[in-house]
Amino acid sequence: MQIKPVLSALQKHRLAALLIVLEIALACAVLCNAGFLIASRLSAMQLVSGVDESSLGFIQLEGFDPKVANDLNARVVAGLGAMPGVQSVHVINSVPFGPQAGAFGVTLDQAGKQFRGVPELYLGDPGTPEALGLKLVAGRMPGAQDYQSVVEGYLPASSNVLITRTFAQRLWPGEDALGKTFWTGKNQFRVIGVVANLSVQQYDEEGERGAQWTVFVPTKSGPPLAGTYLIRADPQALDRVMVEARTVLARIAPDAVFDHQQSDTLPVLRERFFATDRAMAGLLVGVIVALLGVTALGIVGLTSFWVAQRRKQIGIRRAIGATRGDILRYFQTENFLIVSFGIVLGVVAAIAINLLLMKVFEVPRLPLHYLPIGALALWLLGQLAVLGPALRAAAVPPVVATRNV
Amino acid sequence: MFGYYLDLALRSLRRNKALTALMVLAIALGIGASMTTLTVLHVLSGDPLPGRSGTLYYPQVDARDDSGIMPGKEPPQQVTEIDGFNLLHAKRADRQALMTGGSVPIRPDSAAIDPFYVEARYTTADFFAMFGAPFRYGHGWNAADDEAKARDVVISGELNERLFGGANSVGRTLRMAGSLFRIVGVLGDWAPSPHFYDLNTGAYGYAEQVFMPLQTALDLHVDHNGSSDCWGNGTGGVGRIYPSSSCVWMQFWVQLDTPAKAADYKEFLVHYSEQQKALGRFVKAPNVRLRDLMQWLAHMQVVPDDVRLQTGLAFGFLLVCLVNTVGLMLAKFLRRSAELSVRRALGASRRALFAQLLIESGVVGLVGGVGGLLLAVLGLWVVRHRPSDYAALAHLDPAMLLTTFLLALGASLLAGLLPAWRACQVAPALQLKSN
Repeated sequence: MQIKPVLSALQKHRLAALLIVLEIALACAVLCNAGFLIASRLSAMQLVSGVDESSLGFIQLEGFDPKVANDLNARVVAGLGAMPGVQSVHVINSVPFGPQAGAFGVTLDQAGKQFRGVPELYLGDPGTPEALGLKLVAGRMPGAQDYQSVVEGYLPASSNVLITRTFAQRLWPGEDALGKTFWTGKNQFRVIGVVANLSVQQYDEEGERGAQWTVFVPTKSGPPLAGTYLIRADPQALDRVMVEARTVLARIAPDAVFDHQQSDTLPVLRERFFATDRAMAGLLVGVIVALLGVTALGIVGLTSFWVAQRRKQIGIRRAIGATRGDILRYFQTENFLIVSFGIVLGVVAAIAINLLLMKVFEVPRLPLHYLPIGALALWLLGQLAVLGPALRAAAVPPVVATRNV
Repeated sequence: MFGYYLDLALRSLRRNKALTALMVLAIALGIGASMTTLTVLHVLSGDPLPGRSGTLYYPQVDARDDSGIMPGKEPPQQVTEIDGFNLLHAKRADRQALMTGGSVPIRPDSAAIDPFYVEARYTTADFFAMFGAPFRYGHGWNAADDEAKARDVVISGELNERLFGGANSVGRTLRMAGSLFRIVGVLGDWAPSPHFYDLNTGAYGYAEQVFMPLQTALDLHVDHNGSSDCWGNGTGGVGRIYPSSSCVWMQFWVQLDTPAKAADYKEFLVHYSEQQKALGRFVKAPNVRLRDLMQWLAHMQVVPDDVRLQTGLAFGFLLVCLVNTVGLMLAKFLRRSAELSVRRALGASRRALFAQLLIESGVVGLVGGVGGLLLAVLGLWVVRHRPSDYAALAHLDPAMLLTTFLLALGASLLAGLLPAWRACQVAPALQLKSN
């Protein structure tokens, strides 16, 4: 198939061809960027929490008198622990995807000069790291002697803590974190163990906090650690346990208010946490589908018009020896050329839009491999859209050439 | 002539139903998508207190030391307890209110209702008058009650409905957070959106049901919710442990009736900072801001990024739809070259042909606009059923309804301009010869 005659024929339809080129370019630009946004939403939803989500549930009670906190903790741990299917119950301040329970700026020195970020702190009573299912990569889990009471404020004055691999690298890049100390205000932490992952409670991509910037502080239950509980249960029994826990709690802790909003299984809390991301990804998919649909219909409409307009020329070409395949390929080549021009423009536009998005919304740079994928999608779309009108063109009989009207 | 062209347009559109349907669909999809997102954007970026927002200001002072916990040149987004009360007691504005948020447990007298938690605002006397909160019954408390740590409370109409069946409950008592409070006022429907006076609670779909004097709340040590940023040795801010003195965790709003007063107040904030520095409390040079309400919302970028992104995306989509419509109209008009050339030959001016073709594209735009409106209504319905805190707000108002039609009509006329101009270039007699 020669390209030159196709190009010279297009010269006669400059305006219409230009419009398709423009449409393809816009579609290409939007497609690449929307596709990239979808992919980043989906990858954000893959956040590794580092805990055995399918076995865990979180319960929050409120409105009790702080004076009865110890008594309440004892009643709840005993009451919930006695339920069939429950493996263990712990007092914990929060869980991944649970309510934000405390972020503290930390420094490497007591004077507070070497600031290293604002991690989230997990406080839990003996056995909590094991119940969460934290995976130790270095050092040891806290032993009974490491769990301390909070005398003043929110934290023990000095504690032996677990930190995540990621946060250890943040504090001491390239060094062994074990045995090292860091501070938040007057409170000192000594690292006794490093865990693979333990994600923050409410991860905000735009925030300054990394997803795995967490510290686990072993604490004895009792004020201020009260009213929030971790249930570990058999995964099959977890949903039932969480439902029945409400009736059990109404009986054993009538003086506390059950927080329906925050208390749920971790899979549900996770799902809820990512609900807006999922909705946005769905919306973007919808826009892409509509966009490609409209573009395809536009190509069908304009090509059909061209076929109708050129019926006579097609007849003549057929009469002087062109096969049906020749006619079909002519329109396919024409479409390929137009779409290619569109893609060239579209790639430039895609990068421009990405630069704009980077500036306004702080999205990352568009990886280059999205461009060929987008181009391929549009070539395919163009060929599919042109097939119908091109087949109709190929079906034009040679005899048309001899007719006057 | 208009009627005749309209008739011609309808005939022509009917002649090629598939192509017409394609054009209408493209416009409707584009308009539907952009109107849905534009309506959401319009609702979310609206003025929470129309008529009042111009005189409300949010003062910021910088009490931080230079330990670097909170870098950046902007002063903190809230004030410390000390600065808050200092500024409140200075009474340099027409009205001023210091506040923070929290939640309190309510124990209804009736045994039939389980104890429950409600969102609460701990604030000072001017709050209601300054923000124009309407009272259904009773009134707010006064500055003397603030200082006396009075056990007074104002409740929302919703809570009044829940506890007292909507009756006038002023003077009755309410057991909250282990203390007995006297109800002094019941608010009418009032839920400014965005929740401008404290954005830390979430900007949309948040409304307190209980309002109590700030000093009473501090005295009783009720739960504090919201953000607290600390520096130096500052800690706390979780539940009943209040943030320490080197933490910002309160919001301070003032009403300044004239721009001159606003300028004076800013001056005052600078003097205040200098004075605090002289006292040794502030370390930095005076670093103050005095934004009015709308500036504050813009500064805080209260409209979610997702919503702005969606709007941009939808308009990109509308653009594709328009280019598509331009192409289809071009095909449609050029196909009628013969007919147009006959009209030219019979004496119609280019201008007349142009008008005729534009009317045709206008009809497509109107029909597309109606379709787009239906799609937008559907789209907003979908938005309302999506999990976001602003979902309930997504409704079409008359202004947006009008915008929809103007946008649809404008878009389709714009789309018709180029094809119509191109089609008018046809020579009067040339087309007559060939077919």
